[in-house]
Amino acid sequence: MTDPAPYRRPYRDTQPPYLFPPYASTVKRAPTQPLVALSHTLSELTAPIFGYGDIKPADNDLTQQHKGEPLGERIVVSGRVLDENSRPLPGILIEIWQANAAGRYNHRVDQHDAPLDPNFTGAGRVLTDTEGRYRFLTIRPGEYPWRNHYNAWRPAHIHFSLFGPAIVQRLITQMYFPGDPLLEYDPMFTCVPDQKARSRLISTFDWETTQPEFALGYRFDIVLRGREATPMENRR
Amino acid sequence: MSLRGTTSQTIGPYLRIGLEWMVIEDLAPQGVAGERVRIEGRVLDGDGKPVNDAAVEIWQANSRGKYASPEDAQSKPLEQSFRGYGRALTDDAGAFRFRTIKPGRVPGPAGKLQAPHITVTIFMRGLLKQLQTRIYFPDDPANADDPVLNLIPAERRDTLIAKRRADSEFEWDVVLQGNNETVFFDF
Repeated sequence: MTDPAPYRRPYRDTQPPYLFPPYASTVKRAPTQPLVALSHTLSELTAPIFGYGDIKPADNDLTQQHKGEPLGERIVVSGRVLDENSRPLPGILIEIWQANAAGRYNHRVDQHDAPLDPNFTGAGRVLTDTEGRYRFLTIRPGEYPWRNHYNAWRPAHIHFSLFGPAIVQRLITQMYFPGDPLLEYDPMFTCVPDQKARSRLISTFDWETTQPEFALGYRFDIVLRGREATPMENRR
Repeated sequence: MSLRGTTSQTIGPYLRIGLEWMVIEDLAPQGVAGERVRIEGRVLDGDGKPVNDAAVEIWQANSRGKYASPEDAQSKPLEQSFRGYGRALTDDAGAFRFRTIKPGRVPGPAGKLQAPHITVTIFMRGLLKQLQTRIYFPDDPANADDPVLNLIPAERRDTLIAKRRADSEFEWDVVLQGNNETVFFDF
């Protein structure tokens, strides 16, 4: 019996390490023992399926979740979800969350002295369409301070969580904005050794999805792991 | 054309905002076949302190050993009301809990059956990419021949085997560092 084809290993330096001391919280949370290499079995090659029963059509509009409109600059964030073999991935659940325009999260542990916005929760979700496309309407999140080091500020970002057809494709990442001066000082961004891999986390300004007199468009494509072309021998 | 996978980033401390809507701690509503089990545990950091901002996600087959995924081509029955996916966000004690059913055996390398197990994916502030591991059940005779358990040095294997607290109650902790550090996979 031939084993099913596994997913490709990440390209060198395109993923962060577990231990990255400039991001202080990794020090007590990164594993210290060697990881055990795992061949992909059916348990790794499958993943849960989500559908229109799980979300509401308006869940991708973060500006319409309360009575009034949130403060801040409206933006359209859209893109495609593909795998490393350039195959568009339909029906992918994307969950996002973010700070409000003032750089404050609607969360009890966020003590930053910036105002909460009663009209902004900062959470959204969507399923990709048959071409792997998704779209959110939200407001541009603010930068905010954190206590990792002296005068530490996070660049503006939106958190993304995605499920692929296989559990080994599960991805949580952050989308950044072009031209943000804080990026080069941010250990969460600089933890990725490969500069090109880092820069792919920065969305691009997009005229095509910019809506006249309404909202600027930003494009962010996401690539999940792809399968090896042919079934491989069990690599154990 | 080949693309490169998007880089992982930490889930950060505010995961609850985005992920709480789909917390699923009870995976198996009434009528789902199989042995009912309750699994509880804590996530502990390198100082033994509880991690109160982790997401623990589980993925498992049904009691017949079939995944509710189109990628599973086995001709075994699916159950409409069993998705096999659970998500818990740890509380102030670092604790998480799931009620589910014990999964059946699924094929592993060369079609050889694996022992019943649950795949676990863990995210938290301070983790730049997820950890992946497995929960196995104690006293299951299939554990001895399990192809994945046997990859693990014998002295660390127990970290993947839940402890039985009562008839159908199990404890399984995630220890990030130090003695009894949980085995995580390079997947």
